[in-house]
Amino acid sequence: MIQFKETSLKKVAEIIARYPEGKQKSALLPVLHMAQVEFGGWLDVPVMDYVATLLNIEPIEVYEVASFYSMYNLKPVGKYLFEVCQTGPCMLNGSDNIIDYIKQKLNIGVGQTTADGMFTLKTVECLGACGYAPMMQFGKTYREHLTKEKVDSIIEECRAKAN
Amino acid sequence: MEKKLLLEKVHIEGIRHYDVYRREGGYRSVEKALKMQPNDIVEEVKKSGLRGRGGAGFPTGMKWSFLAKPDGVPRYLVCNADESEPGTFKDRYLMEFIPHILIEGMIVSSFALGSNTSYIYIRGEYDWVTDILENAIAEAKQNGWLGKNIQGSGYDLEMYVQRGAGAYICGEETALLESLEGKRGNPRIKPPFPAVKGLWGCPTVVNNVETLAAVVPIINEGGEAYAQIGVGKSTGTKLISACGNINKPGIYEIDMTITVEEFIYSDEYCGGIPNGKKLKACIPGGSSVPILPANLLLTTAKGEKRLMNYESLSDGGFATGSMMGSGGFIVLDEDQCIVRHTYSLARFYRHESCGQCSPCREGTGWMEKILLSIESGKGKMSDIDLLWDIQRKIEGNTICPLGDAAAWPVAASIRHFRDEFEWHVNNPEKCLTENFGLRHYADPVYVAGS
Repeated sequence: MIQFKETSLKKVAEIIARYPEGKQKSALLPVLHMAQVEFGGWLDVPVMDYVATLLNIEPIEVYEVASFYSMYNLKPVGKYLFEVCQTGPCMLNGSDNIIDYIKQKLNIGVGQTTADGMFTLKTVECLGACGYAPMMQFGKTYREHLTKEKVDSIIEECRAKAN
Repeated sequence: MEKKLLLEKVHIEGIRHYDVYRREGGYRSVEKALKMQPNDIVEEVKKSGLRGRGGAGFPTGMKWSFLAKPDGVPRYLVCNADESEPGTFKDRYLMEFIPHILIEGMIVSSFALGSNTSYIYIRGEYDWVTDILENAIAEAKQNGWLGKNIQGSGYDLEMYVQRGAGAYICGEETALLESLEGKRGNPRIKPPFPAVKGLWGCPTVVNNVETLAAVVPIINEGGEAYAQIGVGKSTGTKLISACGNINKPGIYEIDMTITVEEFIYSDEYCGGIPNGKKLKACIPGGSSVPILPANLLLTTAKGEKRLMNYESLSDGGFATGSMMGSGGFIVLDEDQCIVRHTYSLARFYRHESCGQCSPCREGTGWMEKILLSIESGKGKMSDIDLLWDIQRKIEGNTICPLGDAAAWPVAASIRHFRDEFEWHVNNPEKCLTENFGLRHYADPVYVAGS
């Protein structure tokens, strides 16, 4: 059965208390973020249905939101997600080369996951780090001023962590 | 010159934390404000001439004075920290390194507006910045600057941070409010404006991070003192985030009297273009504002040196000028291809269109496809006119300004660089391996060899 950990349920209650009574739907985005972290990195339909029950809203209200925002993954992703920015300022600083290098290095295309389920490559639009380009989102933070060497060391870092 | 009001103390070790921030004079503006009448604070902000720093440049004091105050209805202040305009990364810097200045500015502003619950809506990708803000809010609360009866004034305020989840459109204030209510970020039809019907139908003010931070020096030093910095209607200081092909990308706080030329070439700011390359073009205020070729960037059509401020950057209208926008300053050197760059921006807007209005939903997709086709040597001459036609049909025909934001970069690229588009069409093979280069856009000041 899908259920948040006790600590997460407490957090959900805390978030709902930030809004006026009856406006618990406002907690939807934060709770979906939590669900994605806790239930395997993506939002499966039963997970979204669970969130709907938790917030006392219709499942469709969850689906329409989950499908609107690019940070919610609607299909499984690898253990490590590389989200490389490709918008103007990053492009001026060689993001295309970084994307090509990751593709070649991991032998996957954009949107694909390596066979061992370790890495997924996504391209994203402007993440607000234009002065530190090229860059990617990696977990909670950013990796900036990317070079081929930096990409290599990030991949090694992930492999070391996984072992 | 570099005039620092917001970033003056950013390099002090530990300034991210309350103790250091307070020791350095933090929260003085709250002490002062709580002894003032809320309306007097609004008047002070009006006097300062502060204009919204998110991009629109609307006078903040005036925006505040529009807030409806019906009896028994809560009012809200929402901080727009959904920084997503390509080229713009200034708010992140402020929140990451000196978060208490935002919280301080929000407390003063919330008191002025009569908000007892205020929210910071931050873009979802700034996950670690959210933690920094939440820590700062907790510190402020522990020290009696938030919560019940702040500093014995009888005023109560709670503050929360809410993360978005990856949608540029949520930087538009009504889309932001929808998102904060747990919905898709579809902009609302205005009127009613948020000042009358905002968050959960209540009167709401939405202000950018930098705008709210600027309230701190305005209250500390007075609106008139703030208004004396800068020139004309460009008062105070502005954070510029500089990126692209420059030696020193980063955040600069400027008073708005310096020239664009100084900003690009002085070592105090961008430090010039790397590898001795020449300046080709620049988008001075975030990806949505018109791109300018070097000659029109550095001097206006009248031949005056262009300054880094609202009036000067827009001098000449869209025919020969651009906009201050959000202060996202993107520099392109001589090796950059305008068609390719415009394609990248068009792809961005297609991705970010919420899909509500057909001109934007369909038009952004068309523009992206046509630009890709020209960029990859498959374009026809008539495509250039078609592009122009599409952007004209998007502009002004959508609920929110994303339509305009998508149309303007395409329009300006064709307006100023049409020959580069034509060259792509005429040289379908060559354009894949060679660059159109500078031609007549050459920077008149820094020509070859200088």
